[in-house]
Amino acid sequence: MAGKANQDKALTVDGLTVKFGGLTAVDAMTFDVHEGEVLSLIGPNGAGKTTAFNAITGYLKPSGGNIAYREANLVGLNPNQIADLGVVRTFQKTSVFGGQTAFDNVLMGLHRRQKQTALEIIFGLPSVGSEEQTMREKAREVLDFVGLGARANELGSALPYGEQRLLEVAIALAAHPSLLLLDEPVSGMNPSETASFMDMLGEIRKLGITVLLVEHDMKMVMGVSDRVVVLNYGSIIANGSPAEIQKNPDVIRAYLGERHRKTKRGGRGKRRA
Amino acid sequence: MNRQLIEVGVVLLFASVPLWLGNLYYLHILITTGIFIIAAISLNLLLGYTGQLSLGHVAFFGIGAYTSALVSLGFDLELTDSYTFVFEPKPVWFSFLCGILFAAVCGWLIGKISFKVRGAYFVIVTISFAEVVRLVALNWIDLTEGPMALNNIPPFTLGIPGLWELTFYKKEPNYWLVLALCVLSFVIVRRLVESRAGRAMIALRENEPLATSVGVDVTKYLVLATVVSAGMAGAAGGLYTHYVRIVDPDVFLFIYTVTMVIMVITGGKGTLLGPIIGGLIFGILPEALRGVAGPEVQWIIYGILMILIVYFLPQGIVPALTNWWRQREGHQDPPAPKETAREVVN
Ligand SMILES: Nc1ncnc2c1ncn2[C@@H]1O[C@H](COP(=O)(O)OP(=O)(O)OP(=O)(O)O)[C@@H](O)[C@H]1O
Ligand SMILES: [Mg+2]
Repeated sequence: MAGKANQDKALTVDGLTVKFGGLTAVDAMTFDVHEGEVLSLIGPNGAGKTTAFNAITGYLKPSGGNIAYREANLVGLNPNQIADLGVVRTFQKTSVFGGQTAFDNVLMGLHRRQKQTALEIIFGLPSVGSEEQTMREKAREVLDFVGLGARANELGSALPYGEQRLLEVAIALAAHPSLLLLDEPVSGMNPSETASFMDMLGEIRKLGITVLLVEHDMKMVMGVSDRVVVLNYGSIIANGSPAEIQKNPDVIRAYLGERHRKTKRGGRGKRRA
Repeated sequence: MNRQLIEVGVVLLFASVPLWLGNLYYLHILITTGIFIIAAISLNLLLGYTGQLSLGHVAFFGIGAYTSALVSLGFDLELTDSYTFVFEPKPVWFSFLCGILFAAVCGWLIGKISFKVRGAYFVIVTISFAEVVRLVALNWIDLTEGPMALNNIPPFTLGIPGLWELTFYKKEPNYWLVLALCVLSFVIVRRLVESRAGRAMIALRENEPLATSVGVDVTKYLVLATVVSAGMAGAAGGLYTHYVRIVDPDVFLFIYTVTMVIMVITGGKGTLLGPIIGGLIFGILPEALRGVAGPEVQWIIYGILMILIVYFLPQGIVPALTNWWRQREGHQDPPAPKETAREVVN
């Protein structure tokens, strides 16, 4: 075990760099996420937030730098191996198993918690059936937790947008994360949905899950975060408490341009492209 | 409970067929159809549940057929001028298991090499593999007799040697054996599909990045599907070989793979009953047409029917029927919660 100062560090990102050809999307990014906190990663469109998520969760090979979670090195691992360490992410672009019911979506998310091997399944051992039963109960609990209990039998693709976003979180929670990475979870939600999402985030936190959040909704970011890291053109320009961030002149400058662009564009279509 | 009763009833109904059918030729058609259904069930695990198209699936069928034939017949191989490897004939049950095992091992190899890239690559690897195996069967005459075929393959036997033995010369026991293995294949695929393994496969088919984000190991589950699928196809090949008792390199013809694919797609890929329904239709239909139409007309009817099914029921017959049934139920007593329906099914 490392010294005390390190002990409450869950995720350590050290000098992370990601290049796409000539473009440096993430540039020597260094920050920590502490156990049990909610840390928000914010920044204007194209700042490199999603790219950082992709690198942390194994969807992209970084061009340089280190990423460690609870002493384990994440660089070079596959996404599923990273999930097995308890690091689970959601996607910016809504991503559910569209052809499956909400209930089955969550069952699929429970994959990691199940232990049956292929042979046990093929031979139909009794333990398979009992585990299946437990998992079905778990799936129900998770659906209820995100408030989709009544939607269990709807197809994922048939749910309204806001509920699909909740289902994504349910799938991720089912995978038993100790660190949950949420990429713009409330984009496209209306204000009341956003408000209840914020409450849910509090509940998630009470479960002892550390949260790394990417979000454009500043009201939410300032409301839920313990700390905020601000990214602009791939580099961190500020790192501090919400109050500090709000007063930081660099951040204000970076965001002023952003707000103008946002109102002109009027919607999220372009960002998803 | 309900579901189990229906299932037992259906199996008993099929099991009773030889008792009242009274026509051995029809029974023969049902046996070959059953063998194809097993192959289609195995293909469906790959094509339907993982979404990977194996266009060389007949290779596993043929490998099962040849392996089981050779192990039961025994063979000599002149390895050097002075040394000949002699393999003594083994009992059929043992050769049958060898066929399954060897087909599964080949499936494992194919899965390992092709799933790094997947998609079109898997299609190409499987096609090439089937062609390579066919050429081996055709040209390795010392072992396979090449185009002269392996003859006099022993039929299945049941019982304890010396005490009491039943040799499957007749059609009826072969029919029951095929039926039993159909049921077993169906049960295995159903167990997989309704478990974490099958859900992992479906998850990969539906949304691979999301599946991996919750810890699904892509390669592991695709290889698992290929191994089980190949072993099952190998079992179908073994049944075939000990039933017709002759096997030649034509078992590897591409048309057989195509037939399996048609069965799965028209029946409904990714459904448990799809390959059975599709298999029954496209197994029996050619024989039914044989009496009333010339070969060319047969093929035309066959083709037209397939196009019609795929055009009007793009998801296949079984999903179309399920949807129709659900809607009908829905109209009669509207807010019947789907919840209970589901619980009964499971
Ligand atoms: N796969 C890729 N290939 C090439 N360039 C990419 C790729 N992914 C992202 N980029 C570029 O990297 C930069 C960072 O993109 P990223 O998606 O990480 O931004 P973001 O901070 O998540 O923005 P947003 O708030 O709009 O989601 C952008 O300029 C983007 O165009
Ligand atoms: Mg983004």
